[in-house]
Amino acid sequence: MSKPQKLHLSTRLNGEDVEFLCEARQSLLEVLRDELGHTGTKEGCATGDCGACSVILDDRVVCSCLVLAAEVEGREITTVEGLADGDHLHPLQRKFLEHAALQCGVCTPGFLVAARALLDRNPDPTEREVRYHLAGNLCRCTGYDKIIRAVLDAAAEMRST
Amino acid sequence: MSTNPMEEAPREYRVIGTRPIRHDGIDKVTGRAVYGADVSLPGLLHGSVVRSPHAHARILSIDTSRAAALPGVKAIVTSADLPEVRDREEALGEGSTNPRHLSHNILAHDKVLYHGHAVAAVAATSPHVAAEAAGLIQVEYEVLPPVLDVRAAMADDAPILHADLRTAGGDPKKAGTPSNVAMITEFEIGDVEAGFAAADEIIERTFDTAMVHQGYIEPHNAVAKVDPDGQATVWCSTQGAFDVRHLCAEVLGLPLSKLRVYPAEIGGGFGGKTTIYLEPLAILLARASGHPVKLVMSRSDVLRATGPTSGSHIRVKMGVTRDGTLTAVDASLAYEAGAYPGSPVRMGAMCMASPFAIENQRMVAYDVCVNRPKTAAYRAPGATNAAFACETIVDELARKIGMDPLELRRKNAAHEGTPMVHGPKHRRIGCAELLEAAQRSDHASAPLGNADGPRKRGRGFATGYWFNAGLQSSATISINPDGTASLVTGSPDIGGTRTSCAMMAAEELGLPVELVRPSVADTDSIGLTDVTGGSRVTLATGLAVHDAAQDVKRQLCERAARTWKCAIEEVRFDDGGVDSLVQDGERLSLAELAKGAGRTGGPIVGRATVNAQRNVGSAFGGMMVDVEVDTETGRVDVTRCTVFQDVGKAIHPAYVEGQMQGGAVQGIGWALNEEYVYDDEGHLENDGFLDYRMPVALDLPMIEPVIIEVANPAHPYGVRGVGEVSIVAPPAAIANAIADATGARVESLPMSPPRVLAALHTRP
Repeated sequence: MSKPQKLHLSTRLNGEDVEFLCEARQSLLEVLRDELGHTGTKEGCATGDCGACSVILDDRVVCSCLVLAAEVEGREITTVEGLADGDHLHPLQRKFLEHAALQCGVCTPGFLVAARALLDRNPDPTEREVRYHLAGNLCRCTGYDKIIRAVLDAAAEMRST
Repeated sequence: MSTNPMEEAPREYRVIGTRPIRHDGIDKVTGRAVYGADVSLPGLLHGSVVRSPHAHARILSIDTSRAAALPGVKAIVTSADLPEVRDREEALGEGSTNPRHLSHNILAHDKVLYHGHAVAAVAATSPHVAAEAAGLIQVEYEVLPPVLDVRAAMADDAPILHADLRTAGGDPKKAGTPSNVAMITEFEIGDVEAGFAAADEIIERTFDTAMVHQGYIEPHNAVAKVDPDGQATVWCSTQGAFDVRHLCAEVLGLPLSKLRVYPAEIGGGFGGKTTIYLEPLAILLARASGHPVKLVMSRSDVLRATGPTSGSHIRVKMGVTRDGTLTAVDASLAYEAGAYPGSPVRMGAMCMASPFAIENQRMVAYDVCVNRPKTAAYRAPGATNAAFACETIVDELARKIGMDPLELRRKNAAHEGTPMVHGPKHRRIGCAELLEAAQRSDHASAPLGNADGPRKRGRGFATGYWFNAGLQSSATISINPDGTASLVTGSPDIGGTRTSCAMMAAEELGLPVELVRPSVADTDSIGLTDVTGGSRVTLATGLAVHDAAQDVKRQLCERAARTWKCAIEEVRFDDGGVDSLVQDGERLSLAELAKGAGRTGGPIVGRATVNAQRNVGSAFGGMMVDVEVDTETGRVDVTRCTVFQDVGKAIHPAYVEGQMQGGAVQGIGWALNEEYVYDDEGHLENDGFLDYRMPVALDLPMIEPVIIEVANPAHPYGVRGVGEVSIVAPPAAIANAIADATGARVESLPMSPPRVLAALHTRP
C-alpha cells in the first residue's frame, strides 16, 4: 500500500484561523479531536445518528463525523468550545446548568451547538419546534424534558435582552 | 464510625433539598470535561479489535502474519496471551462474576459464542492503520448452528454453547447432561393452590420481551500504559474503577497493587459499564508494544458485543377475589443470559410481585445461555421484564372484577412487614403513599379527550419495585487552610452524585456547597469503593461522606479544645464553627480552625468507610401515561406522562427528577421501539442508532415528576436510592394504556406497530 498523502487545509475554527494536515480519509470529527485538540465534540456513533458530534459549519448544523476534513477549506466552524465568550457562558450553557439539563454530559456539546443554530434562525421557537430541531440529537440520561425547558428558557432570556 | 440515625430529631436543612449547580457543570457545557476517549498520552498507539462474523463457531486457526507485516503495527494479541483462569464464582459488587467466563468473553478461546465476539486485538500508529491490520488477521472458523431464542435454547436437542455447563438446581437425573440452562431457582411462600382455590377470577398469560441495550451515548473506551516494572495504569469509562481493577487483576493474573485505574468522566452507563471489555486488551497491547494504547469501541461494537439486558419469556397466573383481594401468583421466568451464565432472572422473580401483599406466591426462574452477547446490568436489572407481565395482569384482573386498577393496587399494596417471595419482609416503604399520590394527581382526574378518526386514546398505570443496593464506599474530606473543603470519593458520577455528596458534606460542616470541591479519585487515591450501581451512591457514598464529616467535626472540636485549653466535652460543633460550652460567646469558626490547624496538630482530614447493607431503603416507582393509538398503522404516541417515585429524601430534587425522567424514557423506548433484531444465523441486523431506535425529543411529551418522600429510617437523611426503579413501570403502564384505548392486550415487547396491529386484529 502506498503511504497516504497528507492534505494541507486552512479554516476558521471558533473565530480563529487554523491550518492543519490531514489524510483524505479523516473526518472533520477526527481532525477536530485528534489533530486540533478540540475534544469537546464527541463521537457517539460515527454514522450521523446521534448528534454528539454536531458542529456549526458556516451556518448549518452538521454531524462532523459525516464531513470529510478535506471539505472545510476556507469555511467557518463553530464547536462547543466556541459558544462561550471567554468566561462568559452563552445563555444556553447557563440555562443547561440552571435547569439540570445534563447528567453524564456527553451529548451536551451536540445539544448546545444544535440549539444555538436553532435560536440563531428562530429566536422564538415553540416546544414542538425545539423538539423537532433537536430530534437528531440523542440523550439517554435526561428524557429530554429538562433540555427542552432549558432551550425555551434561554430563548426567552435572549429575546428579552 | 457508627451512624445512629435515631440520635437526631428530624431537622431543618440548609443545603439538602436545594438545587445548586453541579460542580462538574461548567466543564461539561464548555467541552472541557475529559472523557475516556479524550485521554491522550505521549507515544500513544491506537487499537482495533477483530470480532467474530459468526454467532457460533469453533476457532480453527488465527493467522496474524499479514497484519504483523503492515507498517505501523506494533502489537497483536489473541487469547493465547491471556492466562488460564479457574472456573469459579467471584463476589463482586452487586452480584458475582465467573473470571473464566469473563476472560473468554474478552477474547474468545476455542469458540466464538456471538456475532461480534472479540477474537484478537491489534495496536498501531493510527486508528486507521489499526483497523486495516485488524482486517488482515485471518481467522478460520468451523461454523456451528446457533441458538438465539430463550425457549429454543431450553429444548433438549438445542445446540449447546458450553459442553461443560450443567444446570444448577436442575433435575439430578440430568446432572451429567450439558445444558444451556445455567440455573433454575424456585421461590415459594404460602400455599399457591389454596390461593387459586380462593380466587373468583384467574388469568394466566405468557409474555415475551426483546433484548434491549442501555444505549449510553459514549462508547466504551480504555487507555492503558504499562511501565517497564510491570506497573499498569488504565483510564476508562466505567461505573466502578475498583471493579475494573479487580476484574483486570483476575483476568490477567496480577496483584491489585500492580494496577491503577482512573475513572474518566463517564458518558452514561445505566449498568452497562460495570464490567470490562477493552481494559485488559489495552493493558496487553501496551505491555507488548511498550507504548500506551487507546481502544475505543464503535457503536456497532457496543451493540454487538457489550452487555444488553435479557430478552425473556414469562408465564404468569394470578387470582383475585370479587372484592379485590389478590390471592395467589404463580410464575415462571426464563431470561436470556447471553453467551455466558448470569441473567438477572432471579432478581426479576424477586421483584415481580413485590409491590403487592400476596400471601401465596411461587416463582421459578431459568437462567439460559443463548448465542447473543453476555448480558450486563441495566437499571433495575430483571425487574422491568417481570413487571411488564405482572402489572398488566393486575390491570386486567381489576377490569374483570369491575374495580379501578389503581384502587386494586392500593387495596393490595405492600407495607412494612409484607413478606416477599424470596423470604425477607419489606422494611418501611412508600408503596401505599405512592399509589395515593397517583390517585390524587392532576393527571388522574384530567379528562382524556377524544382523538380523530382511527386514533384512540387510553390511560394506563403501573408500578415497579427495586431493591436498591448498599455496598462499600470510602470518603475523605480535607479541610483546606482557607476554610474550604476538598471531598474525595471513589464513586464515578453519572447522574450528579458529586454534587449530592458535596451537599451532604456542606450540610454537616456548615459550609456553602460551592466551597466544597468534590472529586472522584483513582484506585490508589481513595479507599475501596464499589460500583456506581444499585442506586447506591447518594445512599452509601453519601453515608461515608456524612460519617467523614462527623470525623472532621470531632477533629475541629479537639482543635478548639486544644486552643482554649479545655476538655473536649466543653466544646460543641454547631453550624460551621465550634462553641465553648463554658465560656459564653467564645466561638471559633471552621475557617479560623482551618487557618490555625498547623499550630494545633496538623492538617484536618476526615475519613470514613462504610458497608451500607443495613442502610438500604427499597424503592417504588409508578407511571401514569396517556397514549394515542393509531388503529390503522399500530403506531403508539405517548401524549402525557407522569412519574411517581418514593425517594426517601431528595438531596438534590432536580437530579432526582432527572433520574425519574431519564428512566421513564428508557422504559418508553423499551416499551415501544427498542429490540435486538437477529437473522436466523444469529447476525445482529440493527447494530446502529439508525435502526436500534431509541426515543428522540420529538417522540415525547414533558415527563412530569412527582416526588414522594417516605424517609428511609436507616439513613441519616432518610435517603433511598433513586437511580433505577423509574424504568420498571413504563412498559406495563403503556401496555395498560393501549388496552384502555383499544381493548387489545399486547403481550410482547416492544409494542411496535406490527405487534400492536396484530393484537388489534386478535382482540376479543
